[in-house]
Amino acid sequence: MMAGWTRHKGRTVVLPLDHVDTDQLIPARFMSVPRSEGYGDYLLHDLRRDETGDLHPAFPLNREDGISILVAGHHFGTGSSREAAVYALVDAGIRAVVAPSFGDIFAGNAVNNGLLPARIDPEHAALLAELLGDGAADTHIDLERRQIAHGETVLPFELDESWRTKLINGWDDIDLTLQHAAAIDRFRNNRSQTASWAWPAAAD
Amino acid sequence: MPATLLDRLWSAHEILQRDDGTSLLWVDRHLVHEGSHHAFANLAARGASVSAPSLTFGVVDHYAPTRNRDRGMPPQISRMIETLRTNTKQHGLQLFDLDDPRQGIVHVIGPEQGLTLPGLLINCGDSHTSTHGAFGALAFGIGATQVAHVLATQTIWQRKPLAMRIMVEGTLGPGVTAKDIALNWIATLGTGGAQGHAVEYAGSAITGLSMEGRMTLCNLSIEGGARFGMIAPDETTMAYVKGRPFAPRGDAWEKAVEAWATLKSDDQAEFARTAHFDAADIAPTVTWGTSPEQAVPVNASIPDPAHLPDQRAEAAKTALDYMGLSAGQPIAGTPVDQVFIGSCTNGRIEDLRAASAVLAGRRAKVPGLVSPGSARVKAQAEQEGLDRIFTEAGLEWAESGCSLCVGMNGDVVAPGERCASSTNRNFRGRQGRGARTHLMSPAMVAAAAVTGQISDVRQLLDRRAA
Repeated sequence: MMAGWTRHKGRTVVLPLDHVDTDQLIPARFMSVPRSEGYGDYLLHDLRRDETGDLHPAFPLNREDGISILVAGHHFGTGSSREAAVYALVDAGIRAVVAPSFGDIFAGNAVNNGLLPARIDPEHAALLAELLGDGAADTHIDLERRQIAHGETVLPFELDESWRTKLINGWDDIDLTLQHAAAIDRFRNNRSQTASWAWPAAAD
Repeated sequence: MPATLLDRLWSAHEILQRDDGTSLLWVDRHLVHEGSHHAFANLAARGASVSAPSLTFGVVDHYAPTRNRDRGMPPQISRMIETLRTNTKQHGLQLFDLDDPRQGIVHVIGPEQGLTLPGLLINCGDSHTSTHGAFGALAFGIGATQVAHVLATQTIWQRKPLAMRIMVEGTLGPGVTAKDIALNWIATLGTGGAQGHAVEYAGSAITGLSMEGRMTLCNLSIEGGARFGMIAPDETTMAYVKGRPFAPRGDAWEKAVEAWATLKSDDQAEFARTAHFDAADIAPTVTWGTSPEQAVPVNASIPDPAHLPDQRAEAAKTALDYMGLSAGQPIAGTPVDQVFIGSCTNGRIEDLRAASAVLAGRRAKVPGLVSPGSARVKAQAEQEGLDRIFTEAGLEWAESGCSLCVGMNGDVVAPGERCASSTNRNFRGRQGRGARTHLMSPAMVAAAAVTGQISDVRQLLDRRAA
């Protein structure tokens, strides 16, 4: 069960890259680790760290501790369905990613883990990137208003209504679905009558 | 009201729709693999059990060793496989384990075993689940939270995507394959080109494809941003499905065929988007960058970022730097260090036949690995003598698994090395840290193996015909 949230103020940096795909968010070789060990150290591992594992000081995420909002380029999270890409962000303390576009599966996974994928107009993303420059600064995110604010600048973002509700309430889908158990049973019984071919044939 | 194939598949699975427009859908098949461990852990944490064990199938693929399976494996890999064994056993799920003759890559064995059928909703915690749409199924990849949800309820919440149609008319030239159709449309429309859409492929070039080709095409839908790819079932589909181990038989088969005949878009159906391509215009296509949209015909040059639209220019510069390539140089002639043939995209029997047709009687100039898409594909290839063609050419013939496509089982490309690969993602570091991947068809990979550089396979085929 994740906690819901409505407003978040956090240190924000610009990751000025398009196509930050899932394989960059977390390289495959780290994905056999149990979640309980934490995935934060693997976030953007091969971009953030050199061959010996030391942090590149100039990389945006390495500028200071406690960064919780990323402003990124197009197609953030494109690629694989690996939810570990979201775990890496969440475990590293990231609460929101603001970008002009996201991989569809990534965005759904993000919401399921309380991470906001805020879709922002490309011109607004560019403006935000300009205001933040290559430092780190506070921004405010408001899910009720679907806005991100930096100082006097307030910019809108897009977010599917059902996703917004889920983030605010911290809802868990399984609990919600079990309330529809009777409807699911009816559907299953009906389908098994009208489309029995849809069940796997017994092995010979 | 005229309906699309998507409309028909969607309404056949919709249990209810919430006020916010999200649908609760019934899941007919759920495929799990070693990577599903987070979802099983989630299930365990809430003390839940699997709702429909008979609709859930497990397979070892992502971490499956492709070599020396009998000589032990690194602990992190054997732990992943053991965890899947424990989870499937605990919940009473059928598992196609490493030593099972039905083992292989999840998107190869589903269709092969007749678990994949037209008209089904199929989920798997893997983005290339779109592959199964080739049968006229509603198939899409999901994350671990959703995998746990499907395990616990046999349903999934999903907002209906928009319908998009990609029409490909005409006849493909020699040496041009489904892989080239896919890389070509993704290069044209971009990796986000079909985002938020379910793509239905149609047109004479599509109906002319074998099931293997259709699977390759639907598989790559996600690389163009579409979570769903689909093709209306036809005679080719029925012929493939009939007699498969888990496919309906007898009366059930007759009823199924009747139901499947309705699975198509009406002539007047409206699509949110339509894109047209002429098959004759498509050449063997190769990626030069770190996104599948960064692809060109093999006889073209690597684009100059200065001539690309702003949004693509910066990414192109970064990609060229990573790939160690220069703008303006012809892509053909780029030397490669190794090759890989396999994956859920291009690891089927037809793919191995196409590659071996190029390799027969020739020697590879670079090392390479061939990993058949399933144990069954491997057995079939061996029966046809294809394994000998690969090994006589100097390539390594291995066991089945995701292998070098995803770099989880220990098969990796060394930093800075360049690999001609029949896989689906040329992402930075996908095949190993610093690895440089060029995506292309299996026949094109074979051509790269023979020449040691990216080459137009049509020239090798011409020489053979002459």
